[in-house]
Amino acid sequence: MNSSVITFPGSNCDRDMHVALKKFGFKNKMIWHNSVELPKSDIVVLPGGFSYGDYLRCGSMASKSKIMQSVINFAKGGGKVLGICNGFQILVESGLLPGILLRNKYLEFICKNVFVKINNKDNSYFRGIKKKTLELHIAHNEGNYFCSKKQIKEIENNNQIALYYSDERGNIDDNNNPNGSIKNIAGIFNKEKNVLGMMPHPERMIDSSLSGEDGSIFFENLINNLK
Amino acid sequence: MKISVVITLKKDVLDPQGKVIHQTLDGMGFADIKEVRQGKYFEIDTKENDKKKAEEKVEEMCKKLLANLVIENYKIIESQ
Repeated sequence: MNSSVITFPGSNCDRDMHVALKKFGFKNKMIWHNSVELPKSDIVVLPGGFSYGDYLRCGSMASKSKIMQSVINFAKGGGKVLGICNGFQILVESGLLPGILLRNKYLEFICKNVFVKINNKDNSYFRGIKKKTLELHIAHNEGNYFCSKKQIKEIENNNQIALYYSDERGNIDDNNNPNGSIKNIAGIFNKEKNVLGMMPHPERMIDSSLSGEDGSIFFENLINNLK
Repeated sequence: MKISVVITLKKDVLDPQGKVIHQTLDGMGFADIKEVRQGKYFEIDTKENDKKKAEEKVEEMCKKLLANLVIENYKIIESQ
């Protein structure tokens, strides 16, 4: 399985993502944002970080970089595109996903482990995962998912919510909403479910000696589903 | 031609920074404020000298990059 991780100026989780993808069997290539063409890929990953210093709006500049036109075409042709954290912000700014990520409700940078409940397992990202919730790491200042009332209706009708912030047992409520996201949304799909954006970082949870291993569940499952 | 654009958050979008600024101003003694909303201001100096054409171009820039229409409105406030 071939994967490509795009590096933008200011990306800082690109290498962690590379390590994670390699660990679970992907042949990964790092692609600089100024490239025009994507190599043959089974999945393209937009990593976390602070592309372009978060100028203007998080992800807005990166969404206009050269490689993004190829990524958009790849996604429109059904290719799998995964955006983590800043990658999620780039996906909404590029129009591949609806909505936007606003400044966290309580204006603080949040860096901690959270639980997320998997809402939709009928897709290549989560099909086959037995657990109801995963413990993953979040680290962001702008993770407060927002969209119009009309959009949220569409998102719900098309079953596009991928992940909710929850407690360990999967309870979704205000106490388990770290950043003010509407409906506790932590990740969403496009309509076709080939594009996924999520704020939590699975690549930070792949080593039991450093953190947890729920990220390993995600990547192992992903490569099996793509095979 | 220099075009000035102001970008503001739409009414129903939460503006936590505006809220904190409001509270701080309150604390400084400016007690009669109803609400503070924070926005962005751009000055775009363009080679285009035709006012209408320049404004059209800036509108396109707003739609494509400067504003995110899910949460923001833009308004050209001056062209000279």
